[in-house]
Amino acid sequence: MQSPLRLERRLTQPKWLNWGVPLLSLLGALILGAVVLIASGKNPISVYMRILERGFASTDAFSRTLISATPYAFTGLAASVAFRMGLINIGGEGQLYLGTIGAAFAGIAFADQPTPIIIAAMIICGMLFGGFWAAIVGVLKAKFSTNEIITSLMLNYIAAILLDYLIFNSKSYWRDPKSFGFPTGKRLVEGAYWYDMSFGPITVPFGFLVAIITAGIVWFFYNRTRFGYEVSVIASSPSAARYAGIRTRWKIITVMSLSGALAGLGGASDVGDFRHVLDAKGVQIAGYGYTGIVVAALARLNPISAIFVAVFLGGLSNAGYALQGPDFPSGLVGTLQGLILFTAVAGEILTRYRIKRQTHVAEGVPA
Amino acid sequence: MADYIDSKLTVTMKGIVKRFPGVVANDGVDFEARAGEVHALLGENGAGKSTLSNVLTGLYRPDEGTISLNDEVVHFDSPREALERGIGMVHQHFRLVNSFTVAENIILGEQTKSIMMDSSAAIERISTLATQYGIAVDPNARIWQLSVGEQQRVEILKALYHGAKILILDEPTAVLTPQEADALFVVLRSMVAEGRTVIFISHKLDEVMAVADRITVLRAGKTVSTIECATTTTRDLARLMVGRDVVFDRVVRTNHAEPDNVVLQISNIDANDDRGRQALTSIFLTVGKSEIVAIAGVAGNGQRELAEVISGMRNATRGTVAVNNEVIPNGRVRKSMSAGVSHVPEDRLHTGLVADHSVEDNLILKSYRRAPISKFSILRRSVIRDQATDIIEKYDVKTPGTTTPVRLLSGGNVQKILLAREFNSSPSVMVVSSPTRGLDVGAIENVRKRLVEAADSGVGILLISEDLEEIFALADRILVMYEGTIVGNIAAHNATRESIGLLMGGIAIHQETN
Repeated sequence: MQSPLRLERRLTQPKWLNWGVPLLSLLGALILGAVVLIASGKNPISVYMRILERGFASTDAFSRTLISATPYAFTGLAASVAFRMGLINIGGEGQLYLGTIGAAFAGIAFADQPTPIIIAAMIICGMLFGGFWAAIVGVLKAKFSTNEIITSLMLNYIAAILLDYLIFNSKSYWRDPKSFGFPTGKRLVEGAYWYDMSFGPITVPFGFLVAIITAGIVWFFYNRTRFGYEVSVIASSPSAARYAGIRTRWKIITVMSLSGALAGLGGASDVGDFRHVLDAKGVQIAGYGYTGIVVAALARLNPISAIFVAVFLGGLSNAGYALQGPDFPSGLVGTLQGLILFTAVAGEILTRYRIKRQTHVAEGVPA
Repeated sequence: MADYIDSKLTVTMKGIVKRFPGVVANDGVDFEARAGEVHALLGENGAGKSTLSNVLTGLYRPDEGTISLNDEVVHFDSPREALERGIGMVHQHFRLVNSFTVAENIILGEQTKSIMMDSSAAIERISTLATQYGIAVDPNARIWQLSVGEQQRVEILKALYHGAKILILDEPTAVLTPQEADALFVVLRSMVAEGRTVIFISHKLDEVMAVADRITVLRAGKTVSTIECATTTTRDLARLMVGRDVVFDRVVRTNHAEPDNVVLQISNIDANDDRGRQALTSIFLTVGKSEIVAIAGVAGNGQRELAEVISGMRNATRGTVAVNNEVIPNGRVRKSMSAGVSHVPEDRLHTGLVADHSVEDNLILKSYRRAPISKFSILRRSVIRDQATDIIEKYDVKTPGTTTPVRLLSGGNVQKILLAREFNSSPSVMVVSSPTRGLDVGAIENVRKRLVEAADSGVGILLISEDLEEIFALADRILVMYEGTIVGNIAAHNATRESIGLLMGGIAIHQETN
């Protein structure tokens, strides 16, 4: 009656698992994806080749991939910093919306300033707006022990409604009064466009550089400072944190705000690098915030890995745009992404447990 | 329906080997328990007692070796299968549903054909069993209303109800007062008189001598010897268990206690427990320089709350705590620490230490905010590593390295790390809770030696313990806590085990206090 396989807890986690498990997860996803593709009458090899080609293989494609990757990197970092303290912030989506609102506000308000000032203002406002949105969750959890999963998720819906309201249902500061028919936001002046940096044939959006620097800072903060030490103590053992006099409630608010600020920075980069307008519908369709959770999970909450994972997922979604058409529904790309998350989470179990064959000792022969 | 033993069971385990990654927990253990005996399984922590009993009850499958019942080789894939063949276990941590009644807990898991539980018949059977063995417990009481000792009786009844002929008890007296333990022994004797078998797991020599017929001693996963209780002494057993002579006498002090030179003064403290019920009522106590004051009492009588109030982890609702004649602010851990309070909590691995963190990271848990460990908020890794290397050497901690997670270390080494960190903070007062619980004999010696060294160097120590043997070995003065108040204050040389035991059980005695 018993399954011949059995999970056994690992006493130590060998180092190779850190890269081995994500790679195996990816391989598993590709195999499962192949099944789906074959079932829908596609040749998986040729589809995968096209994804590789359209996502990563040419310099043009790679430049576009980096644009898609930038918000993923930020929302991935946002999710990582919260998850590392055991705070399940599902609200990256809404915090990113608030970031786009803040950045668009700064872009409009400082339109006549020199570009560096506008960019700095957009970054700061994006972070403040996103951080504020997440701080609500943090304060509620710290003061009333509300479940952050639920409050952060609910705030996503409120943020979406707020976006719609600002562009479609009001004559807000962000709405372009000259837009007739379909309402749109005010387009930012060209001085508010973020820089494109050229590295040889590859164009790197300014936001992506900011993401790399941010990842480095986050890594340093979490691995080398008192702040990071306290976060890791709280995450591993709340009662040890209390014993050591660490102010857990305060840290919940701080870390939630930091997480929201990073998601907000992602929103700012999306406005500055790519949309140059508060695009209420576009940013909601993109779903950067939810993908950030995937990024964090695949990167195993490591900020540096998050950058690489973001590039990978950015490539996938960029290739998805290129692939989709009458013969290739966009849902298939989403399916592939979903399969990758699924196998990543399954793989996570293997880092903590090992599979063992049930051995039956001294079977049979009763005396 | 009386539950007579119609078939007597002898259990034999031969050449049991059980390996875990990196450890051989049982390395060819032979063990045999006959019907009608209390058979003690004695050994230090990590000797393989629990693994062996988990193999016997089907929780683990042995890698090698056989189990037989009356010469028939058996295999158990689960505790349920073992119980069907008459082997039941009472775990150290009870497996009872708090909101259920005693009867509901006992019949839980019973295979019945109808969906309705026929509780009246069950209650009758439970009552019969209870009277038969002199186990006083109300079948309709709810578990949360019962004391720990009563809950243990429910566990025993549950095993009997399900037909256990061989009953394994894993360190059953750890949570009991001496009087409750004696009552338990009477129950166990009446069970073996009926032809049942009791396997009694323990590392306490005295109680093994008091209750067992035969004793099997395990050391490092191997059977050392099986002996008749009547032919041995505690001293012999200790030697078999540890592999050398051990002396557990009162430790010699070089510096005398100065009870009048008060380092810790607690005045009129009230506090609530986690559920908001009053746990401490009007506590007054003092600890002097170089003095070891013990607080005896059964767990759950306010000891944890008292330790937490002193260390600032819990707010007092009334009263003050003063260290070196300065009142420390209520409920502020960092203020307590800087006033010179050190706290060694009972839950070493999850409160005193962070189990998943490395040795070196655990050693800075209280000093990471200050130079030289951190500067401008940045941790100085090389300083941290050097400090860890020094401490590991000075306190003889056995660890593969400074970056090994502490959860991988043995209990004795875990406690060494915790104590080393606390001694290193040069405290005025140490609040030490059950410092040797769960440790083996060698580690216990080490911990006690360190505590006495600290006291000799002038630290006032408040030792919270349930272990009377330990209290008598270390304390200058003994306070007894019962239901959140201090019910006795006796100089150690005037105290007897009996008087302290009675006070722990809430029986007031009229004795001259000091």
